[in-house]
Amino acid sequence: MKTLAVKVDDLTVAYNYKPVLWDIDLEIPEGVLMAIVGPNGAGKSTLIKSILGILKPIAGSVSIYGKPYEKQRKLVAYVPQKGSVDWDFPTTALDVVMMGTYGSLGWIKRPGQKEKKAALEALEKVGMLPFKNRQISQLSGGQQQRIFLARALVQNASIYFMDEPFQGVDASTEIAIINILKALRKAGKTVIVVHHDLQTVPEYFDWVTFLNVKKIATGPVKDIFNDDNLTKTYGINYKVSIQE
Amino acid sequence: MLGSFAVLRKQSLLGDAISHAALPGIAIAFLITGAKDTNTLLLGALVSGLIGTFWIRGIVTKTHLKSDTALGLILSVFFGFGMLLLTFIQKQPNANQAGLDKYLFGQAATLVESDVWMMAIVTGICLIVMLTFWKEFKILLFDADYTKTLGFNTKTIDILITSFIVLAIVLGLQTVGVVLMSAMLLAPAAAARQWTNSLSKMVFLAAIFGAFSGVFGTAVSASQNNLSTGPVIVIVAGVFVLFSFVFSPKRGLLFKQIRFVKNRRDLELHKTLAFMYHIAETHDNISHPHTIKILNNFQGYTKGTLQKLVDRGFVELDGNMWHLTEEGFKTASNLYNQQNASDE
Ligand SMILES: Nc1ncnc2c1ncn2[C@@H]1O[C@H](COP(=O)(O)OP(=O)(O)O)[C@@H](O)[C@H]1O
Ligand SMILES: [Mg+2]
Repeated sequence: MKTLAVKVDDLTVAYNYKPVLWDIDLEIPEGVLMAIVGPNGAGKSTLIKSILGILKPIAGSVSIYGKPYEKQRKLVAYVPQKGSVDWDFPTTALDVVMMGTYGSLGWIKRPGQKEKKAALEALEKVGMLPFKNRQISQLSGGQQQRIFLARALVQNASIYFMDEPFQGVDASTEIAIINILKALRKAGKTVIVVHHDLQTVPEYFDWVTFLNVKKIATGPVKDIFNDDNLTKTYGINYKVSIQE
Repeated sequence: MLGSFAVLRKQSLLGDAISHAALPGIAIAFLITGAKDTNTLLLGALVSGLIGTFWIRGIVTKTHLKSDTALGLILSVFFGFGMLLLTFIQKQPNANQAGLDKYLFGQAATLVESDVWMMAIVTGICLIVMLTFWKEFKILLFDADYTKTLGFNTKTIDILITSFIVLAIVLGLQTVGVVLMSAMLLAPAAAARQWTNSLSKMVFLAAIFGAFSGVFGTAVSASQNNLSTGPVIVIVAGVFVLFSFVFSPKRGLLFKQIRFVKNRRDLELHKTLAFMYHIAETHDNISHPHTIKILNNFQGYTKGTLQKLVDRGFVELDGNMWHLTEEGFKTASNLYNQQNASDE
């Protein structure tokens, strides 16, 4: 049995009265590249936000490598949905990536040369070094997504949560991003990705979780990515041809 | 200065709500102490401003009202209550009440030296706190959820920012007044945003615009006996905003228009050049001369564009004949290839 990177127990979350997530149990082994799939409004973003303590669940607990999340923050990095921030904010690409170092700096301390170097390296990894001084509103959607990815890479975490990193990016950016994710897995990191394009699940990921308010299934793609689970998750008789 | 944060938080109404919420505080402070001493009254304003602000936050988190609705609600309730109290005070025989209404529109002429010192000191403290927590303010404003995952207590940062906005507003009440306070808070920041893409420069510029509007507006209103300070200051600040929206080089309307016209001209030139390139291509020698008449077949052609091409050294004229120069040919073939590449 592999080490568990993330363990979620009996997680229930509601914004109003109606639960958006219902009694979720989830175990994510270390070193997987996992997709979370489900229809719009299934609670995928909510699940990630609850695991990361952004939202307060009604019930349930989350542990990271066997300890409560609050004690393990430094091991976890988050790539929010791109639409969640105002890209007209007056700042540069490099500045946003530097924000990834703020956690280890703590209160008041300013980022210095060491942090800047780390940020530049991360920009290099995502191919955005030439744009480091570019105002963020003047980046394309794909470039903004890469900046978010770089900001998480700077944190040098063990577990990465990403909310729709492929949303609105062009084909070449998609390939660049998936290569970075695969490199992370190769380095032993655990990567959890909210994903929309069912066609590419078998090609990109080795682990998958089906979610629609409740957890439908979780496990290796080759075992559970089938029409039965897709239909249970998406309701109608759902079929995708799975490439062998 | 602090207005920058309010603008970036898209909580423009917050300033309005806070300043209106401060009004009953002033009235109540007067009723209790019977004194017109500025510090007492402003303390009352501070307390009721803070109460108003935290009520707004409470309403937004506890109920599911939108924050705009909550702001509007608090704004009108507090302001209505404040006006009621003011009217009540004015009906009283106590002659001391005259002058409270200066808080509605501001009257800088009533400022005494100690008030100015007080403002300077509080501004200084704000500045120090802002510089100390610069990094935290910035990241919270940009991406609050992410800030939380890094382990920062976002509530603390948020309360810090909000408290300073309240403090700044209360201090400004005497000069600008309740009604126009939020305009004073936001106008310099909105103007500054037009000129820069960096948060630090934006805050700095906003401070300068704000200070200038304040000093200038006060001077004008002091020279005219019955002019309230607030409206004058806000008009000056408004001029900054107008000027910035029109003239700022990156985001301004004027330069957008100029860029647009320039792009269109460039496009015409390029089209003409491309047309010439097609003709020249059919000959081995690019400097083979052609008649100018042939260009008349091409729609975008005018004498002006031809002259511009000559000025740029792309074309040489010889009587009523023309030919492309080496450079013109190269430029045209680059353009041509680019066009084809982008068509694919
Ligand atoms: N801030 C919010 N307030 C109230 N309801 C919300 C909020 N965010 C999401 N929801 C609701 O919760 C459900 C799950 O949303 P979400 O987690 O964003 O789904 P997904 O990411 O899978 O598309 C949806 O029905 C959505 O309308
Ligand atoms: Mg989502």
